[in-house]
Amino acid sequence: MSVLATLALDIGWGSTLAIKTILVLAIIPFGALVLGYTFLLKMMSHMQSRLGPMDPGGFHGWFQLVGDGLKFLQKEDIMPAEADRRVFAMAPAVIVMSTFLIFLVIPAGPRTIVEDLDVGVFYALAVSSLSVIGVLMAGWASSNKFALLGALRAAGQLIAYELPLLLAVVGVVIQAGTMSLQGIVTAQQDGSIFGITAIGNPFIFTQFIGFALFLVAAQAELTQPPFDMPVAESELISGYMVEYSGFRFLFFFIGEFGTAFAFAALAATLFLGGWAIPGVHGATAELLGPIVLFVKLMAIAFLMFWVRFTYPRLREDQLQSLAWKVLIPIGLINIVATGILKVAVG
Amino acid sequence: MSDDVVAVETAEADIPDPVVGVLAARLGEALGDGILAWEDSFGTLVIRVKPDSWAPAAEFAKGELECDYLSFISGIDWQPVTRPDGQEGSDLSAPVQPTEMTFGVTGSAGRFQVFGHVQSTSRHWGVTIKSDVDETDPRIASWVAIYPGADWHERECWEMYGIVFDGHPSLRNLYLPGGFEGHPLRKDFPLLAREVKPWPGLVDVEPMPGVVDAEGGE
Amino acid sequence: MTTTQPPSQLPGFEVEPGSLNPLADARLAVELDTGDMILNMGPQHPATHGTLRLVVRLDGERVIAADPVIGYMHRGYEKLTEFRTYPQITTLINRIDWLSSFANEVPFIHAAEQLMGIEAPQRAQHIRTLLTELSRIATIYLFLGEMGLQVGALTPAFWGFRDREHVLNLIEGATGGRFHPNFNRIGGVKDDLPWGWIVECRAAMKRILDGCDDFEDVLVGNEIFQARTRGVGIIPAELGAAYGVSGANLRASGVDWDLRRDGKPYLSYNELDFKVWTHQDGDSFARYWVRLQETRESVRMVLQLLDGLASGPVMAKVPRIIKVPAGEVWVETENPLGQMGYYVVSKGAIGPFRVKIRSASFSNVSILPWLLRGLYVPDVVTVLGSLYFILGDIDR
Repeated sequence: MSVLATLALDIGWGSTLAIKTILVLAIIPFGALVLGYTFLLKMMSHMQSRLGPMDPGGFHGWFQLVGDGLKFLQKEDIMPAEADRRVFAMAPAVIVMSTFLIFLVIPAGPRTIVEDLDVGVFYALAVSSLSVIGVLMAGWASSNKFALLGALRAAGQLIAYELPLLLAVVGVVIQAGTMSLQGIVTAQQDGSIFGITAIGNPFIFTQFIGFALFLVAAQAELTQPPFDMPVAESELISGYMVEYSGFRFLFFFIGEFGTAFAFAALAATLFLGGWAIPGVHGATAELLGPIVLFVKLMAIAFLMFWVRFTYPRLREDQLQSLAWKVLIPIGLINIVATGILKVAVG
Repeated sequence: MSDDVVAVETAEADIPDPVVGVLAARLGEALGDGILAWEDSFGTLVIRVKPDSWAPAAEFAKGELECDYLSFISGIDWQPVTRPDGQEGSDLSAPVQPTEMTFGVTGSAGRFQVFGHVQSTSRHWGVTIKSDVDETDPRIASWVAIYPGADWHERECWEMYGIVFDGHPSLRNLYLPGGFEGHPLRKDFPLLAREVKPWPGLVDVEPMPGVVDAEGGE
Repeated sequence: MTTTQPPSQLPGFEVEPGSLNPLADARLAVELDTGDMILNMGPQHPATHGTLRLVVRLDGERVIAADPVIGYMHRGYEKLTEFRTYPQITTLINRIDWLSSFANEVPFIHAAEQLMGIEAPQRAQHIRTLLTELSRIATIYLFLGEMGLQVGALTPAFWGFRDREHVLNLIEGATGGRFHPNFNRIGGVKDDLPWGWIVECRAAMKRILDGCDDFEDVLVGNEIFQARTRGVGIIPAELGAAYGVSGANLRASGVDWDLRRDGKPYLSYNELDFKVWTHQDGDSFARYWVRLQETRESVRMVLQLLDGLASGPVMAKVPRIIKVPAGEVWVETENPLGQMGYYVVSKGAIGPFRVKIRSASFSNVSILPWLLRGLYVPDVVTVLGSLYFILGDIDR
């Protein structure tokens, strides 16, 4: 991580890579814990007029999720007798890995980024869809009909929503003129709205349709209500996760909330200007960047989870027709409009 | 013959509810001597038909009397709790019941009867239809073709009383597990809980010690 | 598919194991050669709230045939009643539909009273009516929240539990029992209402009305909820009646039939002014909507009763040992889940000779094989939720 270079540490290439990997790996459970605590335990509880856990750790039960994680680690590792053992064991790791890969390209400061790829946006969206392989593996290997149904639903759903997700982002890419996430952030930081540079030019204003599309499609990618059919507790019990317990279930949990964290970060980067504060550059931006990004992503995550805990679930066919008949046409129109305006306005 | 029966019953009933009387008359017209007896039991028409008229009665009730709603179908075993051969029944600790076979409203020809209640959601009346079932070969026509909801009721009646419903699409167990033997609601089927433990309410029936049978008795 | 045929006449009702159902794609008129899968929902499945087991044959996610398997909770109440005295039986029948226990007691007590020729005093009747309506509110209110859970919205379910608590507190305050009050006696009720109860009852009714508005906002007005429930699981009025589907399920199909108004007079309903709500659609949404309106109507009735509560004793004069004269009586009442009836055969003893318990959910659920065919798996859950059954009420 470049922050290390600013600290003038003289370490080799291999060590840098190892440190980067560990840091990114640490972000996933951190993100899962933060989102899980803030939204799952506290926001949902309060929406439902209950308190949620209040005692563990002293302050509003903040330690509850850590305790839950430790509890999962102690549990017996149960595997169905008929399961395809190797695939069954690998599936959670695949899901967490896809989350891990997204974090590699998300910038948290001018130089705080693991790898600033030129095709950063599309890389992020591409690796995020890897998780569907993990879901399919889990559903198939469990040798459970509910799990299989859930996995097939997930596959159909993720394919249908990958496209709107991409289309939503294309508008941003056209406006920024780059696919690099760092470039997109800079474009928003240095941009102006009708000559006013005070808040830069967060693409949420010009690309509001894209933002809305992105949130809807991300909700489907994350299999959260109203698109949680692959999990669907009341229908498929827990879908592809039904046979998992112990630390493998913990992996799924971390993957679920870690991915939500990643997508919120992605949306914050693409539409809210990421780590950037207009006019702030250099070392200050480096220090403030992660905090700014965190605040923005929590705002986005709040939206996501607010919807998650409020809305009922759509049916699988309704979801497909929503994706193909509504979201994709809107996304295409948005791209055309953005392109025309870009050429016309400059 | 049916006219005689109906006339006698009408004379016996206190003051029949006009609706009950009209319903009974219309059923009597339609089924002729298929009707064995009818009675006004607390404002509800109870009608006993010959086994042959069991299904036609329902058909008439649904078609002409507008009884579109099937409430239930069930069976009844009139045999007293003690076993007929004098051998000690397992259920003697139960609330005292008569020891010889007596029948309820509209009587019965033998031990088993089926009865069902249909009613009208538009006219707000209802009929309880009873029919006798042979003890050795209990079977009667099914109502499934008339009221599709009879399906489960007849399955229940079949497993609980062993009464076969001819024409039912699939008489299989509803409540009981597949290999269950016996028909639990028959009176000679012992309630095992009462075999191992006496009836807990028995003490209430005995006169209180020291109290002369002043209020406890009849 | 014509809708009014009984299922036995519909082709493809009987499916041999392992064979393909030619009607699998009746709607498409194309027979796809896809294998079927038998999915066993239950007896432990969250959507069957209890131990209902549903064996469904699926083509993809479409249900070809569904066979409900009941009896996992069969307790043999009809047999057990033959071994108990009349006062003892009320403890048993409390547990038939355990969410509205009080309402279960009413028809049985009423049957015994009719046979004995006793009439409970007016105040007792009023208290009974009050508690019946309160248990109706408690039962249906839970449904209003839980229906959200069935279609995937978590939050309304908790609201349902939260506000139902106020009603349960009222029932507990009056009877001493939250779920199984066992408060009815032959000839009246056990006790008078406690001091201050009426004020609390009014406050609770206010909360219930507010809660109904919340449900209206969060579910009824929600596009996704409507998309999930409208047109799903339509019960034609005629067929529903022939299946014995009753209560709000039948009223949602447009049948204007409520035993509180249309049956033989019982309790104090003829003194009350209330509207029977119906809906023409017959789908899951209509069932939800009708129940929502009924809850409000019940609140109205409770308030009316509180205003005009009669004074006087709560118990009629009854013999110390209750012997019921020989006779047969059929008493039916409009319970929260539908028509509940007891056919009581007495031979003049201290216990009944035979009690046929007609419970609402049993008939309501018996339409499932017909209703579920052609639906998708998510709709199965919607339909199960919207029919609103209690397992104890199915299995007795």
